[in-house]
Amino acid sequence: MIYADNAATTKMSEAAIHTMTELLQDAWGNPSSLYTHGQKAKEVLEKAREDVAAAIGAEPREIIFTSGGSEADNQAIRSAAESGRRKGKTHIISSAFEHHAVLHTLERLKKEGFEVTLLDVHENGLIRPEEVEAAIREDTCLVTIMTANNEIGTIEPIREIGAVCRAKGVLFHTDAVQAVGHIPLNVKEDNIDLLSASAHKFHGPKGVGFLYVRKGVPVTNLIEGGAQERGRRAGTENVPGIAAMATALKEAIAHMPENTTKLTALRDRLIDGLLQIPHSALNGDRAQRLPGNVNFCFEGIEGESLLLLLDDKGIQASSGSACTSGSLDPSHVLLAIGRVHDVAHGSLRLSIGEDLTEEDADYIIRSVGEVVTYLRGFSPIWRDLMAGKKEFIL
Amino acid sequence: MALYSEKVMDHFRNPRNVGVIEDANGIGEVGNAKCGDIMKMYLKIEDGIVVDVKFETFGCGSAIASSSMATELIKGQPVSEVKKLTNKAVAEALDGLPDYKMHCSVLAEEAIQAALEDYEKRTGIKI
Repeated sequence: MIYADNAATTKMSEAAIHTMTELLQDAWGNPSSLYTHGQKAKEVLEKAREDVAAAIGAEPREIIFTSGGSEADNQAIRSAAESGRRKGKTHIISSAFEHHAVLHTLERLKKEGFEVTLLDVHENGLIRPEEVEAAIREDTCLVTIMTANNEIGTIEPIREIGAVCRAKGVLFHTDAVQAVGHIPLNVKEDNIDLLSASAHKFHGPKGVGFLYVRKGVPVTNLIEGGAQERGRRAGTENVPGIAAMATALKEAIAHMPENTTKLTALRDRLIDGLLQIPHSALNGDRAQRLPGNVNFCFEGIEGESLLLLLDDKGIQASSGSACTSGSLDPSHVLLAIGRVHDVAHGSLRLSIGEDLTEEDADYIIRSVGEVVTYLRGFSPIWRDLMAGKKEFIL
Repeated sequence: MALYSEKVMDHFRNPRNVGVIEDANGIGEVGNAKCGDIMKMYLKIEDGIVVDVKFETFGCGSAIASSSMATELIKGQPVSEVKKLTNKAVAEALDGLPDYKMHCSVLAEEAIQAALEDYEKRTGIKI
């Protein structure tokens, strides 16, 4: 089996599983309790906080543990919005291809009277810092732009965007769910005020994530209750999960240089191989992209069929077709980079992991080629394209 | 639980009656690329019987399986019976489809009805 859907979730690392299972046995106390067993859990929790903070160049007190990336996105945006509203600033800037945890939160804020500007992500899937600057107004309270896109893997110029925001006195949040543990990040050097991350995207457990909040940035609670997380997120902490996240993150960062070299070579091999398929196209900038992300459109076929047949060949991947999203529209990300519906339905995302081999990559290229050819063989669109009744888009 | 029934997967993996009938006398095409599904049905009708049927489909697994199953249900049948084919019959023959995929069986029904209308138009024979 070849697992090529690491952007959806990753397999937990051995070390993270070890940390988690050990702590489920040994550190089940409540970190808020004052007796020995509770304090042991508290120690584990605070050590994890130090490790997570160090991984992104933050201070431990700037880390809030959450249930994952979505919660962190919600809390970050809500916090900046509430703080802005108190000063009469109700304008937010984001981009058209953010994760729905961001876009849906912004939709809700619009109903509450906020105005939202969604920046163009251009054909290459890269946001331009000068366009962020131009969009900032007197009443802008937040810019929220993802570090790396979850579908097409493009890496945004967040340091430059952060600098623009800093200069204009506007808060900058970045959804770094796909980036943390995969590319170097430093919240201070990258001018980030708020950052969201999720453990299961870097070989940690599901249901755990964190929000970085720069010291001095006001935070709004989404979950009221106890005084956990310095009163910023109530609920007894998931100590084993949080510690396993810290283990996974430390490991990811320690191995980042060699993983990046290996994955980038495999990614480029896959891209070059898949480009040989006629009427196909890579989605997103080729260079400014995550080491493990490959995303293609193939004209004349539909993505779900492609995924099911690849699954039969032992390859597990993802698509932005409508049929895989449960709606009639294909991926908003592919539409945002200008892919028309017809070809956006025929997309394939391969998000590879460190365990992939060159042989696996070649097998993927061969298999995708076979399946695409097979499906085109009885596609009425392909017939029309080949007969010249319809113009090729790709 | 699997996304699709075994029957759907069987018809998806091994679609029956795939292709084109060059001398078809009833052709129906429904759906559009924007929504991600297009079905094209080719019928060869002789003496009121669907003697041959073939299909081409651009679409998801259930769209391909629905097309395949629909062709099996109508092959060799009198046109009067074919006209009564419903999407429900297609979906039931596939041991059911997920709710949000029922429109695939609707497309299969519509493609066949469109092909029958085309046949009526071409031949002037009212079914």
